[in-house]
Amino acid sequence: MSVTDSTTPGTDAYVGMLESMSRTPEQKRRARNLGIGYFVAAGIALAIFVRGDGGTSTFTLGGDSSIGLPGIPLAWLCAIVLAALGGVQISRGTAKLQSALLAAATILFIVTLMAWAAAGRQFSLTGTLHDALKAATPLVLGAIAGILCERSGIINIAIEGLLLAGAFTSALVGSATNIWIGILAAMAVSAVLAWVLAWLAIRFHVDQVIVGFAINFFVLGLTSFLDSRVLTKNPQLNGTGTIAEWEVPGLSSIPIVGPILFEQTFYVYAALALVAITTWMLFKTKWGLRTRAVGEHPKAAGTLGVNVLRRRYINVTIAGAVAGFGGSWWTADVGRFNENITNGRGFIALAVVLVGRHHPVGALMAALVFGFTDALALKFAILNTGIPSEFLELAPFFVTLLVVASVGRGAHVPAALGKPYEED
Amino acid sequence: MELELRGITKRFPGVIANDDVNLTIKTGEVLALVGENGAGKSTLMNIMYGLYHADEGQIFVDGNPVTFETSGDAIAAGIGMVHQHFMLVPVFTVAENVVLGVEPTTGLLGKLDTAEANAQVRDISGQYGLHLDPEALIESLPVGIQQRVEILKVLFRDAEIVVFDEPTAVLTPQEIEEFFNIVESLKASGRGIVFITHKLTEALKVADRISVLRRGKTVGEADPAEIDEIGLAELMVGRPVQLVVDKAPSQPGEPILSVDQIHAVDSSGRTLVDHVSFDVHAGEIVGVAGVQGNGQTELVEALTGLRDVITGSIHLGSEDITHATPRDVHRAGVAHIPEDRQRAGLVGDFSVAENMVLTRYHDDGFSTGIKMDWPKARAVAADLVEQYDVRTPSIQTAAGNLSGGNQQKVIVARELSRDLELVIASQPTRGVDVGSIEYIHSQVVKARDEGAAVLVVSTELDEVMALSDRVIVMFRGRIVANLRRDETEHNDIGLYMAGAKEQPVKTDAETTS
Ligand SMILES: Nc1ncnc2c1ncn2[C@@H]1O[C@H](COP(=O)(O)OP(=O)(O)OP(=O)(O)O)[C@@H](O)[C@H]1O
Ligand SMILES: [Mg+2]
Repeated sequence: MSVTDSTTPGTDAYVGMLESMSRTPEQKRRARNLGIGYFVAAGIALAIFVRGDGGTSTFTLGGDSSIGLPGIPLAWLCAIVLAALGGVQISRGTAKLQSALLAAATILFIVTLMAWAAAGRQFSLTGTLHDALKAATPLVLGAIAGILCERSGIINIAIEGLLLAGAFTSALVGSATNIWIGILAAMAVSAVLAWVLAWLAIRFHVDQVIVGFAINFFVLGLTSFLDSRVLTKNPQLNGTGTIAEWEVPGLSSIPIVGPILFEQTFYVYAALALVAITTWMLFKTKWGLRTRAVGEHPKAAGTLGVNVLRRRYINVTIAGAVAGFGGSWWTADVGRFNENITNGRGFIALAVVLVGRHHPVGALMAALVFGFTDALALKFAILNTGIPSEFLELAPFFVTLLVVASVGRGAHVPAALGKPYEED
Repeated sequence: MELELRGITKRFPGVIANDDVNLTIKTGEVLALVGENGAGKSTLMNIMYGLYHADEGQIFVDGNPVTFETSGDAIAAGIGMVHQHFMLVPVFTVAENVVLGVEPTTGLLGKLDTAEANAQVRDISGQYGLHLDPEALIESLPVGIQQRVEILKVLFRDAEIVVFDEPTAVLTPQEIEEFFNIVESLKASGRGIVFITHKLTEALKVADRISVLRRGKTVGEADPAEIDEIGLAELMVGRPVQLVVDKAPSQPGEPILSVDQIHAVDSSGRTLVDHVSFDVHAGEIVGVAGVQGNGQTELVEALTGLRDVITGSIHLGSEDITHATPRDVHRAGVAHIPEDRQRAGLVGDFSVAENMVLTRYHDDGFSTGIKMDWPKARAVAADLVEQYDVRTPSIQTAAGNLSGGNQQKVIVARELSRDLELVIASQPTRGVDVGSIEYIHSQVVKARDEGAAVLVVSTELDEVMALSDRVIVMFRGRIVANLRRDETEHNDIGLYMAGAKEQPVKTDAETTS
C-alpha cells in the first residue's frame, strides 16, 4: 500500500534521501566493488595500454572507410576517466546513472584495448563484428534450447552434450549422405537424448542437474570413442564440406551493417529468426502461456486441466532438436567433427540463458557479448599482442564468470524450475 | 444438478484421510463442511475435483457414476474449486490466469486473443460485482483480490458446483462481508456451493446445511437453524470446547520490548512503518489490530531482525536489538510465529521432527560440536507433537504433507516451548480448528503468566480482542491508537482500523498505568 504521497518536490527530496539511506549493505558493497573495479581497469590502462608502442591504429569499416585512433592519448584518457569514475563511485555513488556509466566505461575500455592491440596496424572492425555474430550463433541456439526447457520448469544442464551430439551426428550422417540430411539427423538424435533427460527427470524424479551431467559425460565419452575408433579410420565418414555464407541480395551492400549482418551463413539468419519466433511464441500464443504457467506454477496449470507432464516432455524434446541444430553449426563451419569440438560452449549457453533472463532477446544480447569476446580473442591471437594464447582461449569463460557474477543474481528464474511435479 | 460422493476412502502413507465418506451436494444451496485440522476436508474436495483419486468409493452426477481422471474432467462436469492455497501464477495477469487452459485464440498458430480474454474477464467481473482489472499482475494484488480472481476462474468455466476451501482464512472482516455477498449471488444464480471453514459463526451464518467430518469420517449433519456454535464445536471435536479465552487480569511488570520511533521503507523508498513507538511489558499481551497491509507485517519483520529500520531503536530489556540478526533476536529469547507459514515458518520437505528443532539445532544440547543429537531431537519432537496434538502419521512425515492447521501447530509448538522473554505471534491461529485455537490461546496466555511479554498481530479483530490486555491499532504504517482492552469497544477499534478516527498523542506511561 502506498503510504507516502510524492506529489510535492519536498516529498520527492525526502523520499530520495530515504532511498539513499535505505540502501542495503548488499547494495553498498556492490557499489563499492564496482568502484574498485573501475580503479583496477584504470590501473590496467595505465600499466599496459599507456606503454603500448604508440602507433596509430586504423579501424577499417568495410569498403574504403576507416577511423584512425592514436593509442597513447586514448590510453591516458581511458585511465583518467576510469580513475575519476572510480573515485566518484566510491565516495558518493553514481545512483541512477550507475548502469549507463558502467556501459560507457566498458565501451571506452574495450576501444582502448583494441587500439592498443592494433597499434600501428589495421584492424577490421566490421570483420570482428561479423565474426562476433558468427561466434554468437551456436550460443543463441543453445540458449534457446535452454529457454524452452527452463521456461517449462526443467533444468537442462545437458545443452553441451546435446550440442556435441548434434555436431557428431551431422558430421557422420552428413558425410554418408549430405549435410542437410546430416542436420536433420542431428536434430533427431539430440531430440531423443533430450527426451531421455525429460523421461528420467519426470518419470523417475532423478535430480535434473545430475541427469544433465550424466548426459554430458555420456555424449563426450561416446563421441570421443567413436571419433577415434570409427571416424579416424574411415576419413570418408568425417568430411561434409562446409556451408558457405550467403549474401542477402541488396541488404549486403548496405555500408557497415551489410558486411556484419548480411554476409553470413544461414545459421545466423535461422538463429535470428528463431529468437523472433520463440519470443512471439512464448509471449503471444496459447502454447507460450501454458509453457510459462507450467514453469512458474505447475499446480495452478494442473488444476485447470493443463497436462503439465506432457507439456514438459514436448518442450524438452523440441529443445533437443534446436540444440542438435545448433551442434551441426560446428560441422557446417569446419566441415568435419573433432573430439570435444563444442569445447564448453554449451555451458556458456547456459550462462547466456541466465544473463538473458530466460528471454530469447536477452539471450541474443548476452550471446553477442560472449561472441564478441570470442572474436576479439581470435583477432588478438592473429595480431600477436603478446597475450598468451591460453589466456585468450580462456577469455570467453572469464567474461562469462564476470557477467554472471555481476548480473546473474537479479534474474527472474521460473519459480518451479527443477522441482518435480507429482500427480496423485 | 446433484453431485453425490458415496463411500469414498482415501489412504496416504500412515493415515486414512477419508474413511467411507458420503456427501451430497445440490445446486441452489450452500453446504458448509467443517471439521478439525486433518479431518480430511481438503482431501475429499480434491477427490471430487479430480486432483486425487479415491482408493474406494464412487462419484455420481445426477445419479450416473462418473470418474474424474484429471481436474479437466471435473471441470467439464461443472465442478470448480477455489483452493486453500491459491493456484495463481504470480507473474501472469488476471486475465491470463483466468483463461489458462481454455484460452481464446485467433489464427492457426494459436495466437492468444488477449483483447477477447480481457473483455470476457471484464464482463463476468462486472456481472458478479468482482471489480477486477484483467490486466493487473497477480503478484501486485492483495490476497482478497487474488481470491476473487480464483472465483472468476471458476465462473469463467461455468461451474455449477463451486468448492471454497477455507476462503475466509486470509480475508479481512471487510473482505469477508464482500465474499458472503458473492456467495449469495452465486447461490441466487442457481449454483451449488461447498464452503469449508474453521469459523463456526460463518458456517452458521451462510450455510443451508452443515456436514461435519472427524478423523476422516462423516460424524453428522446439522441444520444451522437448530444448532449453535458451542454445539457445533462439540460435534466437531468430540468434546466440549471453551470458545472464550480464560485469563486472569494482567499484571504488567517491567517493559521488555521498547520500540522507539522506528521507521522502515521498501526498496523504492515508500514508507512502510512510520515512526512507530510502543512498549510491551512483562506479563502483558499487546494486540496489534489493523487491516492487512497497514505495516503490521513489516513491523514484525523489523522486530525480528528480518528487515532493517532506517531510524529509531528497538530494545529487548536493556539490550539493543535494532540491528540484530534473526538468530541474535531468537537467542535473546524471542519467539516468532510468522504470518505466512508456507514461506517463513516451515521447511515443507523436512520432517516434522526436523522442523521442531529448526530454530535451535545449534544449541539447547541438540548438537555437540558438529554432530546433531537426533535421538534427543526426536524425543523432544515426539513430546511436542503429543502436547500440541499435532495430527501426523509420524514425526518423520514431511511437514509439507500435514494439513494446513497442523502445520501451524508445529510452528506454535516449536516457538512456545522455550524459555521466553518475548513472544511475537502473527496470525497465530490462521486456518486452525476451534479445539486447537483453544489450546494455542491458552499457551499464549500461559507464556504471559510466566512473565513473558507477548505481542499478538492479527487481522482477526475477535482474536485481538479476546487475547489482549492492551490494543494497538495500525493504519498506514502509523500507530493511531494505543488503548487498554478493558476500556475499549469493538466498534471503536473498527473506526481506528478504517482510519476514521485517531487517538490524541499520549505517552505510553498514561496508557499502561
Ligand atoms: N499429499 C499428501 N501426502 C500424505 N498425507 C497427506 C497428503 N495430503 C493430506 N495428507 C494427510 O491427510 C489427512 C487429511 O488432510 P487434509 O488436508 O484433507 O485435512 P483438512 O481437513 O483439510 O485439514 P485443515 O483444516 O487443517 O486444512 C492429514 O492427516 C494429512 O496429513
Ligand atoms: Mg484443508
